Amino acid sequence: MGDPMKIKAALMDGVTEVKVLMRHPMETGLRKDESGALVPAWFITEVTATHVDRVVLRAQFGTSVARNPYLAFRFKGGQPGDRITVSWVDSKGDRRSDEATIG
Amino acid sequence: MTLHTGSTAPADADRRAALRAGGGLGLLGALTALGLLPPSAVRAEWTRAGFDAKSVAQALSDAGLGGGVNAEQIQLEAPEIAENGAVVPIRVFTSLAGVDRIAILVEKNPTILSSVFELPDGTEPSIVTRVKMAETCRLIAAVRSDAKVYLASKEVKVTLGGCGG
Repeated sequence: MGDPMKIKAALMDGVTEVKVLMRHPMETGLRKDESGALVPAWFITEVTATHVDRVVLRAQFGTSVARNPYLAFRFKGGQPGDRITVSWVDSKGDRRSDEATIG
Repeated sequence: MTLHTGSTAPADADRRAALRAGGGLGLLGALTALGLLPPSAVRAEWTRAGFDAKSVAQALSDAGLGGGVNAEQIQLEAPEIAENGAVVPIRVFTSLAGVDRIAILVEKNPTILSSVFELPDGTEPSIVTRVKMAETCRLIAAVRSDAKVYLASKEVKVTLGGCGG
């Protein structure tokens, strides 16, 4: 269970925009630490976003995604107060799920 | 790789996510992702379709986005110069309709394919995210609209590479 994501969801002109900042080191497995040892790969592999009970985005991530991944996307519909859920799985099998409501 | 968007019940979504998380590692990975095997059973090397490709063409093909053509309707926004290759913002959007898949690639990275997005009906073809860049090279966006693939690319100069090593 990693650190919480920051999620913002805003409705404008019938379109909901979601902005997510995930917290994750997204290690490529190519970086060396101070002792010269390779830091093992460790990265988010999948992201799913839902609006109430409907999936609005699925993503596969690899090691070329920046640390603390940022994602913004838009979908038609949504009402103020509706729940947006964003979940991720990483390469160690760790999971994280956070929610926000459409403002 | 096809992502099925049938049932959206949370249990099914979790099960599919778990299966997909382990999919690139085969049966061992799938069983581990489902909690039926300890994590030590998972290989350290992570390989998934597209993410271990060593060429742009192979990565696109593996991600179901082969055979694309450059198209002005695909907009790829990224900085001309990235001071820090570790965090490079990119925006991909298009006026095309019927878009169900978008991928972002970094031409000279050790892992060329950065991300692949599946867009259900109603989700707009507009993605903002951040990539890591090892060195100056092109960022490539591939967009699938009505089963046809369209591409756009932009070179980003990197003054400090961001992949490590």
